[in-house]
Amino acid sequence: MSDAGEMSEATDLTDQERRFEEKIAAEERIEPKDWVPDAYRKNLVRQMSQHAHSEVIGMQPEGNWLTRAPTLERKQVLLAKIQDEAGHGLYLYSATETLGVTREELIEALHEGRAKYASIFNYPSLTWADIGAIGWLVDGAAIVNQISLQRTSYGPYARAMVRICKEESFHQRQGYQIMVTLAQGSDEQKQMAQDALNRWWWPSLMMFGPHDAESAHSAQSTLWKIKRMGNDEGRQKFVDQTVPQADIISLEIPDPDLRWNEERQHYDFGEIDWDEFMQVISGNGPCNRQRLGQHRKAHNDGVWVREAMAAYAARERDAEGEGES
Amino acid sequence: MTEANSDIAEYSLRLGDDALILAQRLCEWCADAPLLEEDIAIANVGLDYIGRARMFLQYAGELTGSSEDELAYLRDSAEFRNLLMVELPRGDFAFSMVRQYLLDEYESLFFAGLKQSKDANLAGIAEKTLKEVHYHLRRSREWMRRLALGTEESHRRSQDAIDELWGYVAEFFESDEVEERLVGLGIAVERRDLEQAWRASVGELAAKTGLMVPDDDLRQTGGRSGVHTEHLGHLLAEMQFVQRSYPGLKW
Ligand SMILES: [Fe+2]
Ligand SMILES: [Fe+2]
Ligand SMILES: [Fe+2]
Repeated sequence: MSDAGEMSEATDLTDQERRFEEKIAAEERIEPKDWVPDAYRKNLVRQMSQHAHSEVIGMQPEGNWLTRAPTLERKQVLLAKIQDEAGHGLYLYSATETLGVTREELIEALHEGRAKYASIFNYPSLTWADIGAIGWLVDGAAIVNQISLQRTSYGPYARAMVRICKEESFHQRQGYQIMVTLAQGSDEQKQMAQDALNRWWWPSLMMFGPHDAESAHSAQSTLWKIKRMGNDEGRQKFVDQTVPQADIISLEIPDPDLRWNEERQHYDFGEIDWDEFMQVISGNGPCNRQRLGQHRKAHNDGVWVREAMAAYAARERDAEGEGES
Repeated sequence: MTEANSDIAEYSLRLGDDALILAQRLCEWCADAPLLEEDIAIANVGLDYIGRARMFLQYAGELTGSSEDELAYLRDSAEFRNLLMVELPRGDFAFSMVRQYLLDEYESLFFAGLKQSKDANLAGIAEKTLKEVHYHLRRSREWMRRLALGTEESHRRSQDAIDELWGYVAEFFESDEVEERLVGLGIAVERRDLEQAWRASVGELAAKTGLMVPDDDLRQTGGRSGVHTEHLGHLLAEMQFVQRSYPGLKW
């Protein structure tokens, strides 16, 4: 604080701004009652609502196999898993609402294409093995990201992540367990497992986003400690933890450039097809329209139910008011 | 197998099928509920039903030498023993909720009775189930009030659902030789005895919420003897698809 340059720079900030920056620097959590710059708030709403929407839209490709799960135990586990995801959506919407937006507004933004969700869910789940691949790879990749977000600077978001991470490892395990069973099964089942891995591998790597240098929101998010891990760092972690798991069950990662690098003590891997990435992000993936269409349909079909809830709640409130007077 | 054991297996199968088929209908709501809280609540109820189905089918399977999955995935429509009401397509939210309510009222009486069964396995499953049913019933009663007293539209949809479902109520209280024999042994619930209390509860809620209880002209029955609606075959085609396409594998 004795440094003259720092002092003069600091005087450009208002007291509120200075307190905010100090908290971020000191790794203190920002709480809903704290003043925050508008850009910080906007950045968080964008990221948190995208995260919430992802949990909810992600129910669709898995729900697609719920009624066709091949055993009762698998059906039960899958339903419990999907229910968790709905719960994650709910925590995250609630955490986002602490920033002064309503869930209704967030859903409207989703329907109007102003808010996004994880692009991975724009790929179809075509066989039962896809349920294995989604748990193993998609939840596996999500965990890497979410573990880092337990240290994010916004308190409600960080706490939601702590809760969510506790459940995620079960999700990854149930998916891997399906793959293990298939990989030990008949030729058809092995083929099914390999095919699912082939289709879900690259989209899973894409979940970490563009290279850090090209990531639109990364720099500011990192300064504000909203983001606690680089995209490429997360991707490398995921590859390093997943390749040995594929080896154990003799499935082949669909990447000819994949090899262990003794010097780096990491796996080297090939380049993502960034054209495909951009296509899916901009709405042209195989299921973008279907996913959003289904969400809209459920929301619209539910209008009369939500209206009934509201009308009944108002009626109850009136009745109570009369009772008291 | 003794006659009593084969009756108990049949009885457990019936109760397992009720739970399994309704669970399947509840699964159809996944990512389609009117609000996220209901996605979670429906999944909760669905999980209870899958758990219940597994317990009853495992018990039936123990007595007959099959696995729960063989029973669920390898029987055809005529071998299923569920009540017809649970196999009806899920319909709109009012239809699913009214069905749930009518069943919850029935199940709360039924499982309270089955808890007293002289068969320890059935009594044990019933005890666990009854706790879940009490929670389900609290929820569905609350929804019945919301829907019937909410808006004109929600009231109309609820009334339509009751009218549609009422023809399948008679089957709740219909008995047959298998059940009569088990009632005689103190194992099964005499379902005829539940009807009065059920009608009283449903009638009371209807009166309070302005819903009309339909007349009893329509009596669709047959589920317990394997004569089903057209809907069950489609449900099974979907549910059994993987097991039927790739027979004899582990999943
Ligand atoms: Fe999640
Ligand atoms: Fe998950
Ligand atoms: Fe439960």
